[in-house]
Amino acid sequence: MGIVRTSDVVLIVTVFAASLVEMVEALTLVVAAGTTRGWRSALEGVAAALVVLSTLVLAIGVPLIHYVPINTLRVVVGAMLLLLGMGWLRKAWLRSSDLKAKHDEDQVFRDTVSRLSSTAKPAAGRDGVAFAIAFKGVFLEGTEVVLIVISLGASSHRLGLATLAALGAVVVVAVAGLVLVRQLSVVPENTLKAIVGVFLCSFGLFWVGEGSGMGWPGHDASLLVLIGIFAASTLVAGRALRRDSVAP
Amino acid sequence: MIRRALRSFGEFWWNFLIGDTPEFFFVTIVVVVVAYALHRERTVGVIVLPVIVLGALALSTLRVRARK
Repeated sequence: MGIVRTSDVVLIVTVFAASLVEMVEALTLVVAAGTTRGWRSALEGVAAALVVLSTLVLAIGVPLIHYVPINTLRVVVGAMLLLLGMGWLRKAWLRSSDLKAKHDEDQVFRDTVSRLSSTAKPAAGRDGVAFAIAFKGVFLEGTEVVLIVISLGASSHRLGLATLAALGAVVVVAVAGLVLVRQLSVVPENTLKAIVGVFLCSFGLFWVGEGSGMGWPGHDASLLVLIGIFAASTLVAGRALRRDSVAP
Repeated sequence: MIRRALRSFGEFWWNFLIGDTPEFFFVTIVVVVVAYALHRERTVGVIVLPVIVLGALALSTLRVRARK
């Protein structure tokens, strides 16, 4: 039995939550394409996108682990995660105070269905529109997941674990999609995005510190402190911004 | 087709690195530089780095609020 490290647990949670959010967005488009244009072509689009994304993880992630010095990799990856995390966290702060519209999957679904219904379906064979919408949805949303999987997996030499966490989220979303079908808004997407933003910022700062040689006191355990700092800041910022927005 | 793929690739990275929040790109560079500069001053570093990130997030959010 191996020892479970704090960074492994945080890695699994981060990749799983990020993948969950992105795949819910992709699922909206897949369900819209499937119900309006036919499931066969939509599912073929999903399969093709998953093959391309898996190839990307193998083609980029494995050489990164083997050929790039670990400290350089950690600083570069940390910087990328930090950049990504600040973007997610900023959106979460803005959404919590209604300065930015909350993401509404039901609205996206309705818009996509109405757009897809207006174009003619082929009499037989593959429906190119359904294939393209499903492929694009999974590929575009999945690219960010691939980036997170490669970044977190490569910097901690846990590419397999990160990939499994992402695949776990894909399975959960697929099952949830079968059960919920059109009620995707029940997924607390905006909250999940805030959590992922907190984790990405924490991981990013952690790896920049470790890779630069500065190091964090307590090593992996300091990740929990960073998560606590960013989570507390998100709560405080949300409250302060909400209070300001309702003040006369 | 290759030109289109290269353009999409370039657009992806431009949107990822700069997008509508160029301030985060510069802050990330600052964080990396400060981390290297303070690699012998860990006590200062562990305080300064989160403060830089939170400061940048606060300023960027306030900028949006001021615009609205």
